[in-house]
Amino acid sequence: MTGRPAPTGTAAPRATSGVPAIRMVGIEKSFGAIMANLGASLEVMPGEIHALVGENGAGKSTLMRILGGLMKPDAGRVEVNGRDVTGWSTNDAIAAGIGIVHQHFMLVPTLSVAENLVLGCEPKTRGVVLDYNRAAEDVRKLSADTGLVIAPERLISDLSVGEAQRVEILKVLFRGAKILVLDEPTAVLSPPEVRELWTVLRRLRDNGDTIVLITHRLDEVVELSDTITVMRAGQTVARIKTSETTPAEIARLMVGREVSLSAGKRVQPIARPTDVRADQGLEVRDLCITGSHGVRVIDGISFSAKPGEILGIAGVEGNGQTELVEALAGLRTVSSGHILIDGAEITRKSVAVRHDAGLSHIPEDRQRRGLIMEYSVADNLILGLQKDFAKRGVIESDRVMENAVEEISAFDIRPANPVLAVRALSGGNQQKVVVAREIGREFSVLLASQPTRGVDVGAIEFIHKQLLEARAKGKAILLVSAELNEVLALSDRIAVMYRGKFAVVMPAAEASEEVLGEYMIGTKKGNAA
Amino acid sequence: MTAPAVTEGVAKPTFSGAPWRERAEEALIPPLVALLVALICGDLLILSYGQSPAAVYRLLLEGTWGNAYGFGQVLYKATTLAFTGLAVSFGLRAGLFNIGAESQLAAGGFAAALTGLALPVGTPLILALPLCMIAAGMAGGVVGSVPAYLKTRFGAHEVIVTIMLNFIVLALLNWFIAGHLHVPETLHTPEIHAGVVPRLSDISARFHGSAANLALVVAVVVAGAVWFYLFRARGGYDLRAVGLQPAAAEYGGISVGRVWLRALTLSGMIAGMGGINYVLGYKHYYEDGFASGAGFMGIAVALVGRNHPIGVLLAAFFFATLSQGGLAIHAFVPKQMMDVLQGVVILAVAVSVPEVRRILRGARRKSDV
Repeated sequence: MTGRPAPTGTAAPRATSGVPAIRMVGIEKSFGAIMANLGASLEVMPGEIHALVGENGAGKSTLMRILGGLMKPDAGRVEVNGRDVTGWSTNDAIAAGIGIVHQHFMLVPTLSVAENLVLGCEPKTRGVVLDYNRAAEDVRKLSADTGLVIAPERLISDLSVGEAQRVEILKVLFRGAKILVLDEPTAVLSPPEVRELWTVLRRLRDNGDTIVLITHRLDEVVELSDTITVMRAGQTVARIKTSETTPAEIARLMVGREVSLSAGKRVQPIARPTDVRADQGLEVRDLCITGSHGVRVIDGISFSAKPGEILGIAGVEGNGQTELVEALAGLRTVSSGHILIDGAEITRKSVAVRHDAGLSHIPEDRQRRGLIMEYSVADNLILGLQKDFAKRGVIESDRVMENAVEEISAFDIRPANPVLAVRALSGGNQQKVVVAREIGREFSVLLASQPTRGVDVGAIEFIHKQLLEARAKGKAILLVSAELNEVLALSDRIAVMYRGKFAVVMPAAEASEEVLGEYMIGTKKGNAA
Repeated sequence: MTAPAVTEGVAKPTFSGAPWRERAEEALIPPLVALLVALICGDLLILSYGQSPAAVYRLLLEGTWGNAYGFGQVLYKATTLAFTGLAVSFGLRAGLFNIGAESQLAAGGFAAALTGLALPVGTPLILALPLCMIAAGMAGGVVGSVPAYLKTRFGAHEVIVTIMLNFIVLALLNWFIAGHLHVPETLHTPEIHAGVVPRLSDISARFHGSAANLALVVAVVVAGAVWFYLFRARGGYDLRAVGLQPAAAEYGGISVGRVWLRALTLSGMIAGMGGINYVLGYKHYYEDGFASGAGFMGIAVALVGRNHPIGVLLAAFFFATLSQGGLAIHAFVPKQMMDVLQGVVILAVAVSVPEVRRILRGARRKSDV
């Protein structure tokens, strides 16, 4: 076997042909009530680097899974090199030269690079024994052809993240891939490793391979790609030449709104309560968090949110917002730094202690974190407050029910039935349960993470009103949202997160989508106050 | 169902009652479907032996529920299964698979026997029984706490640890009995001095000869306690939360590790207490291998009983009936047929629970529109 067997199937002569390497039209795919793809399309020409961008949940991964044969679309048509392959299997996809490099590595850590590469198609001596030398030779040859240099005899467990990713790419090339799909390849890489990857990808393209790059980092898109497809809410909203667009335009297409918020819609500063001590509210000093793979996901952040203030955090998702909120809430270990609530250090304290110290938290993923889906509305309304509703170890169901009836009517949760399982509620009403619980109790600092994600317009308005009321009552609020206009409309000050740091912190009055957008995509770096 | 309008002020909303009906339907229909499937399979098996299903089933009922002795034997077998079933279901409510009920039961029985031996002759039952039960529960709890500790401390999977502990604990007990405590020529301890639980036949002569004893009442009381803990106590709220959604429990300030520790220890205690049925109620000594199979059967009982204490009691009764019924029909078809039927029931429940729920919910959604 040579390093790169010719792809089977009907590979058209590339670059010269006008037939797209990938053509997906009208793709629809739903999971239960969730529409992941809803008329998505993608057209990739042979020999180009094509960026597929969109926010988390826009449907990029689903689209690529359909391309790779991992899923079958409910509707639509998939063509590869002009051949209709709708609903094919993973084996068909591999045979036709499609190689997907997943975000999470799928390598056997106890085997060597060469052994991982030949896994499943091992060269054998007399049909039995693995011909190790030949495997190593094949790998070395492929390395030389592509510029993906790596010693074939090294163990996977000894490799750095960047090297492991190189092996992943080599693996799909080894299987004869001519169309490469890379899912968020830079998420775990350091900047030099990213530059190296770019060099390799350009070289592969120049060799005639086709590359689809899934990402939501716009600087990468602009730097590397030839063409861009933008997805939003399961749909393809644009296909543009990279040379004919700007990061700001891509950002607008991704977020989907060109609403310029009038100044009148912004919140007005409120008179601070006079009896506030200097240390009240939330304070964070030099916070660092190390994620998996030893990458700094939060890299030395300091800020404070004072009583009666909403500090908004904007940024493209995946720049450390999730990790920051989890660390503040006590759900993620901090490497260094300090977190204080009303002057009390809580950096290493448990969730329960933080709760008692006055921390309230609307988590970004209500169905996984914020609610117990099989529990009733009433039981969910006391999650985190169990000990206040229990006497000598027994839950006082009368009080639980009273509390539920009150919150249900105060927060207009429908249907107004406290014994109904939360699972049976709509997304908006589920979120109202979370908001009712977290705002309805005693607290001084509120972490509101994506508080209106996936809820209907009416509920959005209601939740915004609740946040502003809490602010008026002198609560300190940290609002993290992927919705720029939400951050702009509610915040007193706005910080932009970029790669684990605050790119800038500015008063909301000076902020606009355009200004924030440049910090979000990293083209402008400011002085994080 | 229709959404009641938002009530004015703090008036009590009118509950449609639908959630209760829904829950009851989802709890009861799958086992009934499974039973039906098992009956059909049983028919086919009996026919393949050239026997009449009606005659064999009649015999089965007569030999189990039809006379006091058979019924007593069913109750006796159901008692041990109730304990192990409750133990396994308690762990499952916290999301933990306790495969160790087998050895926890044996350890409990052993501890009960030791206590019964240590107490002076003539100790009143009112004192001896609680002491023996505490000892049995403690022994089971200790065995159960080992996998819990290893899981929280080192992340060792409780399934592996409980399975391995079965071998270790049973071998240790065997060594104790064979090496130190046995009555010569046997593999059991001497008879206990105190703590003998009265048999049903002491109360009504009709149960003469059957092993059923008042440990049955203890099983029902424990089931009640488990129900109260799971659905009324704060600990149960936390435990079920951890079992359903660990991430949400953690968010709610619940220490997942602590709940695991508590759940597996209590699960072991419940299984351990099951040892009194044989040791205090039936033989009045500990015999090597008395628990054989009852711990593993507890897994099936918990599954079929849908991890609800009442369901577990019913499932224990059902499996005990099959087991006793196997003896009654042995003359016509091999008693192993009942083992096959048990297997069919377990499989049918495993399949029918998600399937029936899906169908029920689909039908409801339609009727809502």
